[in-house]
Amino acid sequence: MQQTIKIIDAEAHAAEVKGAQVLQLPNDADPLEAALEGIERIELNFPKFTDGRAYSQVALLRRRRGFKGDIRATGDVLVDQLVHMQRQGFSSAVLRADKDAADVARQFERFPEFYQGDTLQPEPRFARSAA
Amino acid sequence: MYQYTEFDKQFVKNRAAQYRDQLERNLAGKLADDEFRPLRLQNGWYIQRYAPMLRIAVPYGEISSTQLRVLAKIASDYDQPDAQLLHEAQEKQLALGEVPVPGGTPVATSLKWGYGHFTTRTNVQFNWIPLAKSADVMDLLASVNMHGIQTSGNCIRNITSDELAGIAPDEIADPRPFCEIMRQWSTLHPEFAFLPRKFKIAVNGAREDRAAIGWYDVGLQLLRNEAGELGFKVQVGGGMGRTPIIGTVVREFLPWDQLLNYLEAVIRVYNRYGRRDNIWKARIKIIVKAEGQRYIDQVEAEYKQIVEIDGAPHTITQAEFDRVAASFVPPLLKHERKGADARLHEIVRTDAEADPAFDRWLQRNVAGHKNPELRAVTLSFKRLGQAPGDANAEQLRIAADLADRYSAGEARVTHEQNLLLPWVHQDDLPELWAAARKAGLAKPNIGLLTDMIACPGGDFCSLANARSIPIAEAITQRYQDMDELYDIGEIDLNISGCINSCGHHHAGHIGILGVDKDGKEWYQVTLGGSNGSHLSGTATPGKVVGPSFSAAEVPEVIEAVLDTYRRERQTVGGKPETFIATLKRVGIDPFKAAANAARFVEKEVA
Repeated sequence: MQQTIKIIDAEAHAAEVKGAQVLQLPNDADPLEAALEGIERIELNFPKFTDGRAYSQVALLRRRRGFKGDIRATGDVLVDQLVHMQRQGFSSAVLRADKDAADVARQFERFPEFYQGDTLQPEPRFARSAA
Repeated sequence: MYQYTEFDKQFVKNRAAQYRDQLERNLAGKLADDEFRPLRLQNGWYIQRYAPMLRIAVPYGEISSTQLRVLAKIASDYDQPDAQLLHEAQEKQLALGEVPVPGGTPVATSLKWGYGHFTTRTNVQFNWIPLAKSADVMDLLASVNMHGIQTSGNCIRNITSDELAGIAPDEIADPRPFCEIMRQWSTLHPEFAFLPRKFKIAVNGAREDRAAIGWYDVGLQLLRNEAGELGFKVQVGGGMGRTPIIGTVVREFLPWDQLLNYLEAVIRVYNRYGRRDNIWKARIKIIVKAEGQRYIDQVEAEYKQIVEIDGAPHTITQAEFDRVAASFVPPLLKHERKGADARLHEIVRTDAEADPAFDRWLQRNVAGHKNPELRAVTLSFKRLGQAPGDANAEQLRIAADLADRYSAGEARVTHEQNLLLPWVHQDDLPELWAAARKAGLAKPNIGLLTDMIACPGGDFCSLANARSIPIAEAITQRYQDMDELYDIGEIDLNISGCINSCGHHHAGHIGILGVDKDGKEWYQVTLGGSNGSHLSGTATPGKVVGPSFSAAEVPEVIEAVLDTYRRERQTVGGKPETFIATLKRVGIDPFKAAANAARFVEKEVA
């Protein structure tokens, strides 16, 4: 699949001054309750890469809240989770500083298509191929 | 069985390539061991006591002869430890001591290699493949549409069903198309790859529950409503482990086409609110138990939003159902014998019918079929000298040949760790019996005591507290007399080496659980558990007999419990009551008393 998620350099992200238009949502917060007015970017955190709550949060922000701005994955963001992140609706991700961004592109090239629908492609493959 | 499309085939190959990429990055130091771990687990690669273990998925148990032959190749070419490793492992296992057998030869661990192991969840495991060769094995598996996708890790695992799916006379609807549709839906699901804990789904399509659905994170029962429409009764939150719980019914009737939309709601609520602070409280059963109706309300609210706001995108279309179901039409079997073939058949048949062992095999290993001309035949992988469910390369090859000759090239891995041939013509039974017997796969013990379930336990598994295999072997050795075995009758004996319950001890009429006390091997015995089958009754965990027993005491305890049954049982309708029926009628106390009396010395209560 085509990579659309933007990989953000960890240092650049850390150095950035975050204004009121950036909302940092902890991963136990309810995205359906969050105040999104004036928000341009939502940051969802992975305290550990094995903690998958933010995958559900991002889906709800996109599908139920209709949030169109940037949603950024922060924290323990590794190469092998980026495809999941993009599919669920993250538009940017801060790759952990010690990870090699050169390993990213081929993860997206490997699978041209998946079985189930996701945030970017809500219909599952069987519904798409029937059309 | 399901016929892979070009897309399906390529998908599995891409997965193998992805795994190789990950392994190479791990070996190059770019992917730390703890970062690689969840990735290899989701491909079935564990690191065990002495070597890695590979768990290969056999979705809802269906396997082809071609796939069996590849498993045979893996057994002979890859499941081979080097001499040094084997020697060290064997020495360490010997140090754990022997399990004495009343009136028999004490059992010491004798580590085997070069074989596959059938598991209760219809996967196949290998124990000695070096990690450096793991990517080659994944490529080999992908060449026959096999893989280890999501056979471990905190994700949706291999989906299981009834071993008689699609052929059972008491079937309401064939569960296999739904199993396959769920398999595809759950494969590399982007939202559910890092759940709080593992997530297991079982589907039953028959009147009798042969899939133990009460014990699953999600248990699905196919049924028809009053209008005759097909759907599922949905149970959520069953599970074994430290807190054995039977699932709660959250939906009495879910229309079949809503299955994926509803599962999405069930698992999303779990992903968001399931506990992640304590591994022992992270399964969905804990949130279902703690939240009760509130959990169900949340699922229903989420499902409503999936339907109303998202537009129910995963509604299963009739076209997709039909496409998948078309893979599961019964094979066309030609059956005519002429001339010399017919004469030879008569000789084989006459020989078989003169042998009482054939009659026993017909009773125990041959089951009825939807098609009155056909039978379902179980090849027994429960015999002395090999651990329950173990099959070496030669046996795997023979099983493949038997499947080709007598069962349209198909076999099934069963929950009880055997192989079943689903398409056997009744006229072929004598030939099949003769061939299976020659291969040592015709032991007529299906459903009897020696057809026990056992996990690999402390001989291989790094989680185990105690060994399972020597206990299984000691009991098997003690009960070799077929007359005695038939007299004891149908019984579920299940052995787990630790509380993770891979051997389903909670669901056994007799359950044996390895526990660790002062660094020594001890075993807790439970009685009266049920998997939900007609024989066993409503699914329920067994009750603990008392303080745990030493390994040496276990065979004595089993004998004492079985003797109690034989003393207490009644004859009902000309037939002796089963073990579980007697236990339910008289209660656990006489069995408990007998078990405790079999202790070598009175011990402090643990």
